[in-house]
Amino acid sequence: MNVESPVIDAQGVSKAYGDREVLRGVSLSVGEGETVVLIGPSGSGKTTFLRCLNRLETPDAGLIRLRGEPIGVDESGRPLSEARLAKQRSRFGFVFQRFNLFAHLTALDNVAIGPHRVLGLPIEEARARAREELARVHLQDHVGKRPSQLSGGQQQRVAIARALAMKPELILFDEPTSALDPELVTEVVDVMQELAQSGLTLLAVTHEMRFARAAADRVVFMDGGSVVEEGPPDVILGNAREERTRKFLIHLHE
Amino acid sequence: MTFDWALVQKAIPLLGTGLLTTVKICLLAMLLGIVLGGALGLGSLSRWKPLRWAVMAYVDFIRGTPLLVQIFLVYFALPVVGINLPEFWAGVIALGLNAAGFIAEIVRAGVGSIESGQSEAARSIGMRHSQILFHILLPQSLRSIVPPTTNELITLVKGSALLSVISVYELTRAGQAIISVHFAPLEIYLLIALYYYATISALAWFSRYLERRLPAW
Repeated sequence: MNVESPVIDAQGVSKAYGDREVLRGVSLSVGEGETVVLIGPSGSGKTTFLRCLNRLETPDAGLIRLRGEPIGVDESGRPLSEARLAKQRSRFGFVFQRFNLFAHLTALDNVAIGPHRVLGLPIEEARARAREELARVHLQDHVGKRPSQLSGGQQQRVAIARALAMKPELILFDEPTSALDPELVTEVVDVMQELAQSGLTLLAVTHEMRFARAAADRVVFMDGGSVVEEGPPDVILGNAREERTRKFLIHLHE
Repeated sequence: MTFDWALVQKAIPLLGTGLLTTVKICLLAMLLGIVLGGALGLGSLSRWKPLRWAVMAYVDFIRGTPLLVQIFLVYFALPVVGINLPEFWAGVIALGLNAAGFIAEIVRAGVGSIESGQSEAARSIGMRHSQILFHILLPQSLRSIVPPTTNELITLVKGSALLSVISVYELTRAGQAIISVHFAPLEIYLLIALYYYATISALAWFSRYLERRLPAW
């Protein structure tokens, strides 16, 4: 882990919906090749924080830098044009809880559309890349299927391939296994572990403690819109300093 | 009361001429309505607020005023500002402008009904607003756009009967001409109704054919 030059560096990110404060000055950075797992009770702001990073939500305050470059604003703080913002977003991968695969496209074209439309690769080249990424998530035999013909676990793996095909600098996972039937969780977690081991930079909101123990370099616990504590997985999961963290983990294990 | 079969026989080809005009006007008006309505529908999904407002105002006006008044506006009011249209084209334009307003709303609603996760996922891979619209949302909303659009086109065909008041020699007007000579409203209006019914049935059949051909997922 390289703390000096983080891939993503968020400082003081705040967000409120009306008078409900969801994020209260959250700061977090993730280094090159690092895997960070973000945990916390529902409503603690984890998902909103993740969505602020790639500007699916606009934070009210705070600054997010991707390899030093401010996200969503220029150096003097003015909002970026739609085109420049879209270009910045393409440098993040985002995996949604509910997969959100494009319903009208095959698995192959779900993965190829980004490289083709956003990165400008010719369609055949984009599809070749899509085939590689689908093979990486062990779906080489399902390229021609539409999302409705795939199981939840397969759909989520296509969604991971869709993110990978953009060669993102960082992949954000938003509870990628919580919409899955229990028997389908493993195949997704396995793929995520392979990605973590291959040196990609990952930030995952997940309550899959097996993933956190096996793959995380760091676990961050959030509650009430703030980071409560963070540390190596064995410390946070086994011997947390904060009462709130311990209570949450006990609930999780029940 | 006797049913005048001889007159019916005579009227069939005469009404056929009127029907031909009705079909021509309706096809041209549908073309205008679909092209303009599609464009306005996209405009209502634009990121540019003034354009969205302009479309909303247009749709509101079309929905909020009778078709007959819109026909009068095009045929009688436009000449006042120097635009003189022959009745045929006034009819095409009035019906087309009317349908465009409703089709714009159908397109907007159809695209709006696509689950928000679809455009979020597209944003997350760096697609721009227009790309999301054309490559993600529109292809998926076609299936929900086609049936109400057909309904709108059926309404257009029925509305074309109103053009008889600006003396377009279409189906209804052709029938009125026969009635004024022979005074046989029962025979002729029944016949007119039959002609409209056949035309609209053909349109409805075509729409069902199109719906079956649209991909499902």
